[in-house]
Amino acid sequence: MAKSSVAAIDWITVLLFLLLVGFGWGNIYSASYEGEAFSLSDFSQAYVKQAYWILFSLVIIIITQAVEAKFYERFAGLIYVISICSLLGLFIFGKTVSGATSWYALGSFRLQPSEFAKVCTALALAKFLSDMQTNIRFIGHQLKAFLIIALPALLIIPQPDPGSALVYAAFFFPLYREGLAAGYLIVGVSAAALFILTLLFNPLWVVLGIAAMMMLILIKNRKQKPKYSRYFLVIIVITGFCFSVNYIFNNVFEQRHRDRFNIVLGKEVDAKGIGYNINQSQIAIGSGGWTGKGWKEGTQTKGGFVPEQHTDYIFSTVGEEWGFLGATLVVILFVMLLIRLIHLAERQKTQFSRVYGYSVIGILFIHFAINIGMVTGIIPTIGIPLPFFSYGGSGLWGFTILLFIFIKLDANRVNEW
Amino acid sequence: MRKLLLYLIIVTTGIVFVARLFYLQIYNTSFASLSEDNAIKIIYDYPQRGAIYDRNGRLLVTNQPSYDVMVIPRELKPFDTLEFCSILNITKDKLTQRLHKARVYSPRVPSIIIPQLTKDEYAYLQEKMRKFDGFYIQKRSLRDYQTVLAANVLGYIGEVNEALIQKDPYYLSGDLIGIDGVEKQYEKELRGIKGVKRIQKDRFNRDIGPYKNGRFDTLPVNGKDLTITIDRSLQAYGQKLMENKRGGIVALEPATGEILALVTAPTYKPELLVGRKRSPNFTKLYYDTIAKPLFDRGVKGEYPPGSPFKTINALIGLQEGVIDLKESIYCRMGYYYGKKGQKLGCHSHRTPLNMIPGIANSCNAYFATVYRRIIEKYDTPQEGIDTWGKHVESFGLGNYLGNDLPEGKRGKVPTAEYYNRIYQYPTYKWYATATLSNAIGQGEVLTTPIQLANMTAAIANRGYYYTPHIIKAIDGSPIENEYYTNPKITTIDKEHFDPVVQGMHEVYTKGTASFLQVKDIEICGKTGTAENFVKIDGVKTQLTDHSVFIAFAPKDDPKIALAVFVENGYWGARYAGRIASLMIEKYLKGVITRTDLEEWVFMHSLEGEYAKQYSGKPFKINQ
Repeated sequence: MAKSSVAAIDWITVLLFLLLVGFGWGNIYSASYEGEAFSLSDFSQAYVKQAYWILFSLVIIIITQAVEAKFYERFAGLIYVISICSLLGLFIFGKTVSGATSWYALGSFRLQPSEFAKVCTALALAKFLSDMQTNIRFIGHQLKAFLIIALPALLIIPQPDPGSALVYAAFFFPLYREGLAAGYLIVGVSAAALFILTLLFNPLWVVLGIAAMMMLILIKNRKQKPKYSRYFLVIIVITGFCFSVNYIFNNVFEQRHRDRFNIVLGKEVDAKGIGYNINQSQIAIGSGGWTGKGWKEGTQTKGGFVPEQHTDYIFSTVGEEWGFLGATLVVILFVMLLIRLIHLAERQKTQFSRVYGYSVIGILFIHFAINIGMVTGIIPTIGIPLPFFSYGGSGLWGFTILLFIFIKLDANRVNEW
Repeated sequence: MRKLLLYLIIVTTGIVFVARLFYLQIYNTSFASLSEDNAIKIIYDYPQRGAIYDRNGRLLVTNQPSYDVMVIPRELKPFDTLEFCSILNITKDKLTQRLHKARVYSPRVPSIIIPQLTKDEYAYLQEKMRKFDGFYIQKRSLRDYQTVLAANVLGYIGEVNEALIQKDPYYLSGDLIGIDGVEKQYEKELRGIKGVKRIQKDRFNRDIGPYKNGRFDTLPVNGKDLTITIDRSLQAYGQKLMENKRGGIVALEPATGEILALVTAPTYKPELLVGRKRSPNFTKLYYDTIAKPLFDRGVKGEYPPGSPFKTINALIGLQEGVIDLKESIYCRMGYYYGKKGQKLGCHSHRTPLNMIPGIANSCNAYFATVYRRIIEKYDTPQEGIDTWGKHVESFGLGNYLGNDLPEGKRGKVPTAEYYNRIYQYPTYKWYATATLSNAIGQGEVLTTPIQLANMTAAIANRGYYYTPHIIKAIDGSPIENEYYTNPKITTIDKEHFDPVVQGMHEVYTKGTASFLQVKDIEICGKTGTAENFVKIDGVKTQLTDHSVFIAFAPKDDPKIALAVFVENGYWGARYAGRIASLMIEKYLKGVITRTDLEEWVFMHSLEGEYAKQYSGKPFKINQ
């Protein structure tokens, strides 16, 4: 082990991690306690379990720091294979909890391998991109990278857990940082915009509107001899996309998925049925005001009006009990953590560390963005946890390992040259 | 720079979230009340409404429990409708219909399914109640009248209306509030303060304990008991005397201003306006626009006072020094004035008379002379009228008395401005003679019976009065309201009262009411016969005169002062005088010695008289 890597640990990141975990536990306690006396031996309580998982994550942190930094790079491939096998194994040995076969059960203890698969994928992608042979500008290498990312995602979708699979979009961050063409981004964003427009309006109107816009551009540019065939091709693709989105949305999606979109797009108001969660969550956050109702004083939280409040909807407890100030603080803590991590990633001397760092940033960012976006009603319901905050052992450990491997890699930069 | 875009994405997301939080938590304020609706159930604990006692401590109004069967539609579970209906004795159709109505009103808010069960029904149902989820029994408190009297004084309670709920946040839909009389005036004392319990609910609407450990809960404060100034037996007697007549009696205690009796006729029994019966009965009473039983004639009936008003003109004449006690004035069956020889008629009596017999014989010519001198003492009639008016108003006439009854009327004392307007001054001039009917209490002067009784009390007190009031004590401790305990002084000096009192005494001993004397009681009174008119099919038609009487007794230590109005009762002593003297005897002696007199009043009805103007045929008056 290198001489001064412990001293080189980035304590700012560690501090932010501890703040988030600590504040998270306080809110889990509030959301899950029901007036009973506090006792660390009462394992039926979510907050007690979470306390032990936090304690155990400290052990995990020590292990991640004790392991030689080179280990992660060297064994990235093997780790990835093991992870893929664990996902495959779910199809045979998996335990079904509330509809999703995402768990291995050992007695009352359950483990969710998809939470760890993210780490493994990040390591594998970092290993692949940092290979001397790899050039991300080659289509072939791009395909290989996509395959590394898509394989676990494809295994997670049929659990079914499409939310967790969506997280793999996070790997756009390192790919983009390592030089993936911006065209992918443009196409991706345009597709998302078209998707939403098509849902909001009739696809025919969307196509006509875009065609009209293109006509204007064409007329404006007519003296520069525009390539008419290219304009024509674009409009054909857009037409095809819009109508297939419409078709898929109406015929392939299930009703519950359609509802989720319709509620966020304001096309449907249903406070009792499918919209209940998001409506109650907004009531909880909205009733917090500036400073909130105080810890353990949230009426929405106490009454259990927000289902899954200590897991995916934990942020609504923050909003209700700590108000605008508390909720904003959490947002700021996450933004600070992410910016700090970009800073760390940029100072890495090896490409492996940097790619891994950006993978961590991407994964944390996408959880943060989707979770808080969902809880505050900006985006449709996608059930993924808020890192370090939400209740759940596998999730906490997954994020801890994810983050602290990077801290180890970063601390080890003093030994690189 | 590629990493710049990533920074941008992260920071933008953060800003979007903070903006969204700002919108949800600060900008949009509707969520706070939504979360309260969600999670806090408020239960009110209604205190007992205060009881009402008469001046002698006899109970008039108390409470009776009443039980409503309530339903919360969304908590209903399938139940044995047959059993339910047979217990409550309603048809299944009716039940279905009411449940539907409740559900339409609100699935979460309780609605009344069957109001006001009897005690027996309640006892029986209570045992079975556990079988019927979603139903519960709510105890309410209704008024229980221990008397059939004084509905106009006591008033009644009913559910608050929407406008009041908006105005006063204390009241909630379905709460009861005093609507009239003492119930309205002393609502705050009687109602007490309801207690509030806040219960925290979970998302299944189950109670999970007191909200914030009951920090915001309050206990109910019971309503206060009121003692009112009414004398129950005098009130009862007055109401009995006024049966089959229309009008009012107001009796006061001159030494305090306490209202001993406040009778209006026709009236109704207070129990008619309790609970389930209130609505149909109220409608019936309300639409009786001929007899107007809801109209309290004692405080709202504005009548010309007639001759009793002469006592005031006598006092003003003495105060202004325009007449002395010795001067006699001729009366030739009336008072002649003006170039054309207009006449203010009078009845036959010996002549000439000075003041004391002038009052006793109610000589119109005497008072026309006095009145004219008062007005003409001043350079202009305007000045004269306003000086005269100030004296009159010092007796509490022409404006609200400021008493503690929620209703009242100003009456009317004409002013110079008023005459200027109707005579179109200064285009045309007017003189004292144009207002001459004020001399005898006809014409422009209007008074309510309570004002007239108060005026009588001021004479009885020789120059001051206490504002009449109905409240005597709250929760046993006498009122200490300076408005009622400080005397109001009239503008007439004390020494001028004795001759007027003497004149009123002679009304009984020698004058217009001499046949009404009561043994051992020195009564002072004044008869009145007030002309009155109505419009029938647009034609001004005179009706039989109102019978008016004011009196106080005993002469030197007045215990009671009263005014009696009997609509269309003809001359003053005929109805009002009889009733007044019986009231005085009843109050001072407790027993009636002149049973023949009493019998006469009981037997005589004026219903025939009242029917005349609606008969559609020509009719004769003053028969």
